Amino acid sequence: MITKEDVEHIGWLARIEISEQEKAEYMEKLNSVLDYFGQLDEVSTEDVPPTYHVIDLHDVFREDVAKESLSQEEVLANTEHTQEGAFRVPKIG
Amino acid sequence: MVYENPDGVMIGLEIHIQLNKLKSKMFCGCSTDYHDAEPNTHTCPVCLGLPGALPVLNREVVKAAIKVGLALEGEIAEETQFHRKNYFYPDLPRGFQTTQYDYPIVSKGKVVIEGEDGEHEVGIWRAHMEDDPGRLVHIGSIAKSKGVMINYNRSGMPLIETVTAPDMRSPKEARRFLDKFRNILEYLGVFDGNLEGAMRMDANVSIGGGTRVEIKNISSHKGVEKALLYEIMRQKNVIRRGGEIVQETRHFDEARGVTMSMRTKEEAEDYRYFREPDLVPMRVSDWIPEIRKTLPELPDAKRARFMEQYGIADMHAKALTSSILLADFYEGVCEKSADPKTAATWAADVLLGELNYRDLVVASYDGVTLGCINDKDHEIVNSFKVDDMVELIALFTDGKISDKSAVEVIRTLLDSEEEKAPTQIVEEKGLFKAEDDLVTKAVSEAITENEAAVQDYLGGAEKSLNFLVGQVMKKTKGTADAKTARELLVKKLKG
Repeated sequence: MITKEDVEHIGWLARIEISEQEKAEYMEKLNSVLDYFGQLDEVSTEDVPPTYHVIDLHDVFREDVAKESLSQEEVLANTEHTQEGAFRVPKIG
Repeated sequence: MVYENPDGVMIGLEIHIQLNKLKSKMFCGCSTDYHDAEPNTHTCPVCLGLPGALPVLNREVVKAAIKVGLALEGEIAEETQFHRKNYFYPDLPRGFQTTQYDYPIVSKGKVVIEGEDGEHEVGIWRAHMEDDPGRLVHIGSIAKSKGVMINYNRSGMPLIETVTAPDMRSPKEARRFLDKFRNILEYLGVFDGNLEGAMRMDANVSIGGGTRVEIKNISSHKGVEKALLYEIMRQKNVIRRGGEIVQETRHFDEARGVTMSMRTKEEAEDYRYFREPDLVPMRVSDWIPEIRKTLPELPDAKRARFMEQYGIADMHAKALTSSILLADFYEGVCEKSADPKTAATWAADVLLGELNYRDLVVASYDGVTLGCINDKDHEIVNSFKVDDMVELIALFTDGKISDKSAVEVIRTLLDSEEEKAPTQIVEEKGLFKAEDDLVTKAVSEAITENEAAVQDYLGGAEKSLNFLVGQVMKKTKGTADAKTARELLVKKLKG
């Protein structure tokens, strides 16, 4: 069961502000998602090993070769907030 | 003697090393050669965390991790994988760090250090692979920051994080561990410790079996030692005043030499670790035999071999193997010089001493020249050639220059802008040993000019002889051999 405090904590972890009205709304929605997944508890998985990937693939690597990177202009193209070639964001605190 | 550890100090370390010798980043092809580059010129959709970009692991990162694991005498996992560690911070463009959680690639290793009471084993709990965040630059001071500039060139650099058991019993042992650890990793050739940000450390410490406090993000070995000294003193003071140590994370202010509490709201469970679905598991234990073959001779083994092969003292062998570059330089000298013992003295005692005095550290060796850089700004400032050392040793062992003059030559080689051979320096500075008659003349003069000292010496004051030897050295401008001067004086006065 997800409480209002849980919603507030999750909001803090995501660094987003949540209004009182949204808190109630998200609490309901998150609980509904949790209930939905709760249906899985009805299946017995006692002797089933956990599956993390649907295909049994392992050991995928690339060789250590350097390739061309994006240009600074391309990297900064999606933001207006730049300074001396860097992304500029508000102070963290 | 057994170290009592009176305060019950227990220190554990977490060390991040950056695999800065690889060509490309951990999960993308961006070059690792970004240290002098403009901001955000070594990035791509993967290391910028753009939507839809997918990581592909650099094979050499895994090989390096296994190499480190074997050198630390650890176990390499049969199967290993990555997790996402979730937190929001602007240096982390995807909102999570790709790291390892419950199946690290390396576990249960050890490093033997020179402890407070002889050899001391420090356990390695684990070593795992993870990627580096970007770099933040605060505009103004952190406290009065007006904003933050982000450079993602470092984002996605491969790191290996090593976690030790709390086996160190003093700040000195922690420092010794770090020196040894860095040395081992530099022998392996997996990283260059002199590059900025190559090694970052967290330290945790408790006293008397109490609560442990973590000190985050210290950038130098000296800094770790200082931070721990301060923190142990602080904890002792809190307890003496009847207070309690609270579990917390502290920040070390290197300039002021103090640790300060950092407010952190995130708990371990807040990281919501889960398996990284974009990367598949690794079953790489069959790589071990091949990688084991590539392991170089490690510091302890080299130290033992130097003593055996060159007949040098343990103290010298230890100093010479404290850097793989210096060790190679020494062997380069030994190949061309008939006297490895003298070579060890000049390299370990004099050259290393002169480098320390100048705050220089050895940074490169190409088989010909030892390159040294300033320990503070890492500018390349000096070099020393194998051939110069060989020539210098020959001049000394042939009796052409005194040991004092040899030191002077080493200093000149280090400080002079011009390229000069030792023989040339000896000639220019007139450092060739004085002819015997010159010394004899100086001895006679010293005796006649210092009547009082002569009488004192003849009256039994041995110290006065030192004064007379000093006078002879002065008259010959240091070119006389001190031993010869002493013998001549004694002969003349008593003989």
